[in-house]
Amino acid sequence: MNDANKIDRRWARILVTVLLSLGALLMLFPFFWMISGSLKTIREITSPDIIWWPAEAQWSNYVTVLTNPENPFGVYFRNSIIVSVANTVFTLLTTILGAFAFSRLEFKGRDRLFSLLMATMMVPSQMYIITNFITITRMHLMDSLWAQILPYTASIFYIYLLRQFFNQIPDQIYLAAKVDGCSDWKYLWKMMVPNARSSLVTIGLFNFIASWNAYLWPLMVTNTIQKRTLSIGLKYFASDSGSDYHLMMAGATIVVLPLIVIYLVFQKYIIQGIARGGLKG
Amino acid sequence: MVGQNQRKTALKAILYLLPALIIILVFTVWPLFHTLRMSFYEDYNIFNKTGEGFGFSSYAWVLQDPTFHKALLNTFIYAIVTVPVSIVISLAIAILLNSGIKGSKFFQTAYFLPYVTNAIAIGLAFRFIFHSEFGIFNKFLGLFGIDAIQWLNDPDYAMVTLCIFGVWSALAFKIVIFLAGLQGIDPQLYQAARIDEAGKWKMFTKITLPQLGPIMAYQFVIATIGAFKAYVEVVGIFGDDGPLHSAITMVYYMYDKFYNASDYTKAAASGVIMFLIIMVFTFIQLRMSNRKAEQ
Repeated sequence: MNDANKIDRRWARILVTVLLSLGALLMLFPFFWMISGSLKTIREITSPDIIWWPAEAQWSNYVTVLTNPENPFGVYFRNSIIVSVANTVFTLLTTILGAFAFSRLEFKGRDRLFSLLMATMMVPSQMYIITNFITITRMHLMDSLWAQILPYTASIFYIYLLRQFFNQIPDQIYLAAKVDGCSDWKYLWKMMVPNARSSLVTIGLFNFIASWNAYLWPLMVTNTIQKRTLSIGLKYFASDSGSDYHLMMAGATIVVLPLIVIYLVFQKYIIQGIARGGLKG
Repeated sequence: MVGQNQRKTALKAILYLLPALIIILVFTVWPLFHTLRMSFYEDYNIFNKTGEGFGFSSYAWVLQDPTFHKALLNTFIYAIVTVPVSIVISLAIAILLNSGIKGSKFFQTAYFLPYVTNAIAIGLAFRFIFHSEFGIFNKFLGLFGIDAIQWLNDPDYAMVTLCIFGVWSALAFKIVIFLAGLQGIDPQLYQAARIDEAGKWKMFTKITLPQLGPIMAYQFVIATIGAFKAYVEVVGIFGDDGPLHSAITMVYYMYDKFYNASDYTKAAASGVIMFLIIMVFTFIQLRMSNRKAEQ
């Protein structure tokens, strides 16, 4: 009876491993196929047979993509970095200042203002873009990197997350610091911010990833090649490429690779961020 | 004296809030009112902000537009298919991941990875996989004697292709949430069940599912709201709204009316309609999370 149970359990474990491996294969396959495809020749990519890996890795596909004058991925990459970094830095600044005010500074109507701002989270962001397009046009920012950065430099959701964290820091420390003559400004940067480091890393990561993947808004506010970011550039590149799937896969890999690296390095923060904040999917 | 102090703190608070407030007011609060206002005009000049023909004509037009019906229908199909399917699959995967098996760290890394990916880039990879001529999916189906399917070019298959891609994209986030939920269940409940010699299935239906109740509800609402905003998945896999507009969604419709047709008032009206639909689900979510907080 006991032996039979043990064997049963071992079979169950094997079954679970097999199922999980199959599932993992399905999850990872598109990534593998993208990278494998990016290194194939055009003949290999259009072959009627299944070719799992190219006979000889065609790194030149990447050179072709990166030096293509009509779709300069080098420029796209630089723009994506500038937009995502600027976006993240500004968002962190406005979030830190806003969360501090909502958590520590007493003023009339504070909580009412906070709930009012929270209510705006109900509006789907796709609805703003119509008016924001007009606003950006009137600001004469159309077709600039600023147009892609500015509207997303503050988020009530991130302020809400950081405020939660700030609220956990006991009031006594704040009052004691004030008695010692520590200014609010100094207290925020010397005490609150270093303590909230892991929350800030998580917020920064999510903001960076969202900015890197942004599509609809950057598409609307860019006209010239010089201002495109990677997502937009890749889309135009795909429309221009016909059936040059090996080049498309190389372009796609260039867009995804930085994300994979960020994910592997910061996996812990990203997973905790989703699990705790229930960050929108 | 006290009053003066209060005024000083208030002033300081405003200075701290100013950067965030300006951005949120200009790019979130104002657009809400302005888009609403635009939607009630028949024609709107975006440069001098004047409209003509105040009323419901834009709404009437949109609600009678067959393309909008198509977009609405597709969006509902997308939500009704992808939400339950991705929830069932991700729950199954999370339970397997939580069974304390060897190498679960590796598996977690693999299953969570799609969360960070760019929909345009990975959509291209799916386009390559689903290619009717040299895509690996048709080659694989060919092994079973199934003829090549025009996944990307046949309007009858467009929604099928989109839903497959949608489910794949949606899994990672849900697995993370479910796994966190499973790890939060008190192990004593299972120990007690084991003493009573309850079977695995009974433990699943009597302990796991009820304990996951609130998380399940949360997933349903969040996923439904997300599905109603589907857009980038469509562009990712088709490059546009599919063969003969067969995969057009509500957001796509709005974007198309605004950007390609420059029909601002109709775009605004369709945006407001979408907002109202999403609002219903948001209220359900709020009520649920309030109930959770009361418990």
